[in-house]
Amino acid sequence: MSHFDVDEYSLHTSPVGNDLGNEEDPVQDHRPRLLIMGLRRSGKSSIQKVVFHKMPPNETLFLESTNKVIKENITSFIDFQVWDFPGQIDYFDPAFDSNVIFGEYGALIFVIDAQDDYIEALSRLHQTVTRAFQVNPDLTFEVFIHKVDALSDEYKIDTQRDIQQRTTDDLVDVGLENVPLSFYLTSIYDHSIFEAFSKVIQKLVPQLPTLENLLNILCSNSGIEKAFLFDVNSKIYIATDSSPVDMQTYEICSDMIDVIIDISEIYGRTNSFHYIDEIYGDDQTQVETNGNAGNYGTTTDTANDASSLIKLTNGMVLCLRGVNRFLALVCLLRSDNFEKHGLINYNFGCFKQAIAEVFELKRHSAAERLRRERMRLSESVEDNVGG
Amino acid sequence: MSQEIHDGWVQQVDQETFMENYFAAQRDHIFRNVEVLIYVFDVESREIERDMHYYQDCLEAILANSKDAKIFCLIHKMDLVQEELRNKIFTERLNELKTRSEPLKITAFATSIWDETLYKAWSSIVHSLIPNVRQLESHLQNFATICEADEVVLFERTTFLVISHSTRIEHSDVHRFEKISNYMKQFKLSCGKFQAQFKSMEIRQANFAAFFDVLTANTYVMVIMSDSSVESAATQMNISVARKHFEKLEVTHMPR
Repeated sequence: MSHFDVDEYSLHTSPVGNDLGNEEDPVQDHRPRLLIMGLRRSGKSSIQKVVFHKMPPNETLFLESTNKVIKENITSFIDFQVWDFPGQIDYFDPAFDSNVIFGEYGALIFVIDAQDDYIEALSRLHQTVTRAFQVNPDLTFEVFIHKVDALSDEYKIDTQRDIQQRTTDDLVDVGLENVPLSFYLTSIYDHSIFEAFSKVIQKLVPQLPTLENLLNILCSNSGIEKAFLFDVNSKIYIATDSSPVDMQTYEICSDMIDVIIDISEIYGRTNSFHYIDEIYGDDQTQVETNGNAGNYGTTTDTANDASSLIKLTNGMVLCLRGVNRFLALVCLLRSDNFEKHGLINYNFGCFKQAIAEVFELKRHSAAERLRRERMRLSESVEDNVGG
Repeated sequence: MSQEIHDGWVQQVDQETFMENYFAAQRDHIFRNVEVLIYVFDVESREIERDMHYYQDCLEAILANSKDAKIFCLIHKMDLVQEELRNKIFTERLNELKTRSEPLKITAFATSIWDETLYKAWSSIVHSLIPNVRQLESHLQNFATICEADEVVLFERTTFLVISHSTRIEHSDVHRFEKISNYMKQFKLSCGKFQAQFKSMEIRQANFAAFFDVLTANTYVMVIMSDSSVESAATQMNISVARKHFEKLEVTHMPR
């Protein structure tokens, strides 16, 4: 595992991304935030390392406990920031500025260790949610009932029901019945953590309905059973068509990305190193070093032109197409439908084009949105001073 | 340690009395017609003397019953040894084993289930078992030249161990085959969860294309192409033509 740059307790002003103009640099500080909170030893850092750094789950045993807030920029199709909080943080510490922490658009992920007695965690969750909701009612609240790999299926459901019941009851008691909480059963030892993160991230993608719609159109016109738009590095899916998600399908698609990346690491690297250096020069190395994942550079650059195909014995075909530097489309379809692969390829091309346009639009509106948010922020600061 | 019997090749030791009795009673039966003896040593074992005693016992039996057997020793659980000490310990053990195994020749590997070393060891074992390996290699070489491939690798179908390979363009990573064995096996397991197996795979990136396909009843082939002007269909066609050829080769030379 290589080491990654993390920024500890300071705002990140990195010159991330060579495709973003300099004039949009401030956007970096206003990227959506994922706040990961929970009691100590509940598995927050492990989650973050497994999802965003590809750390093998069994290595997370050796992680030291986090003792300060760790902020990290994730550069991807949407740039966002992950804040990993230490379990023992004190909300009443004057250094803990809830306005700054909860003020931004994003999601609050609260991790509960399901193998432990969770009563304390629940009261902490209650405290956190009430406080965060006061500051920013727009935050999405996500509860990860974590480390469920050791629990039986039945017990999992019971635990989830119990936690859900207690949490909502507590919130109703203080008159916050409208706070939207989502619950997920997660474990780093299987795909559930990626699935949960996928759903969390999807809520933060403003273009989600458009993306889903595009995927639906693609599926219905190409005879595709299921299509996922994956963030290649984290294997989070940011959108899928509207047919129900089957865990197995998601797993095989995500494993397909794994095997492709692994093989590409071996054969894509030797010849391409100099090539990449020439094209991107110093910018590229910067992206790699603060790009938050050890093998970020190669995989993302190759992701763009990637196209892969796996035929299975049960008559299904798995198909992957690179969409842009970060995203890949993974589809599952019947081999009979794959007969017309010229047509399908053409449709992929159209889809890729459409996605590019969607994100282009976002880039234009980002500056505009930023200006509005700044104004809103300064207003609220004035309000606070006034009040 | 466990006892395993692998396709009629008899493997190894322990569990004291059971083994002692078993060995005593069925010694001739076990050690007759042995092609390969794979003996696994625990590198962390505290009773080296006793391990050696058993080992020599086996060797004696081999010498008496099937003296042409190939002998492989795996110095196993290497992951438990500090990385800088591994080489030293392995050489020590190897030398001791060599002297103890006289007059038989042995091959030893340092292995661990936690990395690719085990694949490497098993691949060499499998490789040494194939009777017509030279011929296979030359055919593979021809195939690679005809395809204009950078590299062609032949894998055993169930284990994904490397049987043979032909490299036309040198690659810097010497451990790549073990890694690929490992990755493909992982993926095979994922396919299993999906109630399927994979038939073929094509990975195309900006600067290379990799093709995995079934070659014969017992093998998969991997073809690596770096010339992007070669259409996928051409390579697939080459593979399917080669299929018949290699099938023939296998039937005539591989004892079933």
